[in-house]
Amino acid sequence: MNGLVYLKNVVTLELDQEKCNGCLMCTIVCPHAVFEIQNKRAEIVNRDLCMECGACEKNCPENAITVRSGVGCAAGIINGILRGTEPTCDCSGPGSSCC
Amino acid sequence: MNKHYFTGISISSVPQVSTIWSRHDLWETIKVRWSVGRMDYKIEPGIYAVGNPEESSPVFVTANFKLTFDHVRRALDNMNAWLLVLDTKGINVWCAAGKGTFSTKELIRQINLTGLEKIVNHHKVIVPQLGAVGVSAHKVKSNTGFSVIYGPVRAKDIHDFMEAGMKATKEMRAVNFSTWDRLKLVPVELAYGKYYLILVPAIFLILSGLNPKGYSVDLAYTNGLKSVFILLIAYLTGCGITPVLLPWIPFRRFALKGLLTGWLAAVILAYFHFLGSSYLEIISWFLMTGSLSSFLAMNFTGTSTFTSLSGVQKEMKTALPMQIGMAALGVIAWIISKVIAL
Repeated sequence: MNGLVYLKNVVTLELDQEKCNGCLMCTIVCPHAVFEIQNKRAEIVNRDLCMECGACEKNCPENAITVRSGVGCAAGIINGILRGTEPTCDCSGPGSSCC
Repeated sequence: MNKHYFTGISISSVPQVSTIWSRHDLWETIKVRWSVGRMDYKIEPGIYAVGNPEESSPVFVTANFKLTFDHVRRALDNMNAWLLVLDTKGINVWCAAGKGTFSTKELIRQINLTGLEKIVNHHKVIVPQLGAVGVSAHKVKSNTGFSVIYGPVRAKDIHDFMEAGMKATKEMRAVNFSTWDRLKLVPVELAYGKYYLILVPAIFLILSGLNPKGYSVDLAYTNGLKSVFILLIAYLTGCGITPVLLPWIPFRRFALKGLLTGWLAAVILAYFHFLGSSYLEIISWFLMTGSLSSFLAMNFTGTSTFTSLSGVQKEMKTALPMQIGMAALGVIAWIISKVIAL
């Protein structure tokens, strides 16, 4: 997508092809076309485009996909460090205005 | 029924909403783009009618952020459809899905709460694709009998999606981040600093009065305004210029992109003799502008549509100490340059 690529070789996306039933769900929900179906099974074709949103994992009926999903957001990570929690945007907090 | 976007009542006593934005909607949109009232811009969750829907009409699921709701109802112009609005606490679909309010649970809850089964005679709900971050289609199906069909990412593609027999093209499935998309986000980014935008300039204005002989109010005024101007430029570079020029700035790390643009701005300011006369002061400004622009650019990772948690964590591990170190050194060097005659 027109030069907007983030860091290489960092994402935690894993696919267990043995479990895949070729239902196409991951190719439908992924916003960055990370998956393709080849020989009736999903294949990771654009690994570095993955933003770890977790949509594929949530919608894989065979639990063939795992990814440590979360917000790719510096402010959210700082929030997490300050509060000792997981990275969180927590837009509901007073005075915050992210997404 | 006093809401301005209501136009009547449809079958099953569902409130009908307009597909046309009033001047009021437009004004509210402009305000919210500038962060005004952004955290409390919501509509009542539940079911709404667009046009004159019947039992067989499609059901579109969306969030209760009014900006989202407005875009969806406008996109449904000339259609007869149902709009099922989830309670996402006034947050858009994608962010709410990430936070867990646009979720399997909430979708199941609204399907039951609205009695959707009695309103329509089919078992399909169309969920925006980005909602998939929070929704498990197979779990909704097993809990309610309703099949989730993932629609296009953008509401404006809904008409084409329906005409193609509820099929989305590759383009409809892809998240972009065009220059126009980024430009629309600049106002919110600029409002990021909030009260720091007053506090920090005030501190610099006061400290600018320091000189080897003591304190001078005149200096505070003349040099102080110059300092505020430099900071403002660094701020605009970090959260305005860098986001807009993002794909054309070298480096993958946002912090490095911001550092580069911050320093470019500093070079230009130095060329016009804005950064002071002593080397120490010039260096201090490079440290401070670089740090500020780098930090703000790094924060844009949260707004961007392609950064991963693992990637941002990796970037921050080196960037954050660098930014803090540069800022601290910069401020110390700047104060020293003021009080010592060089």
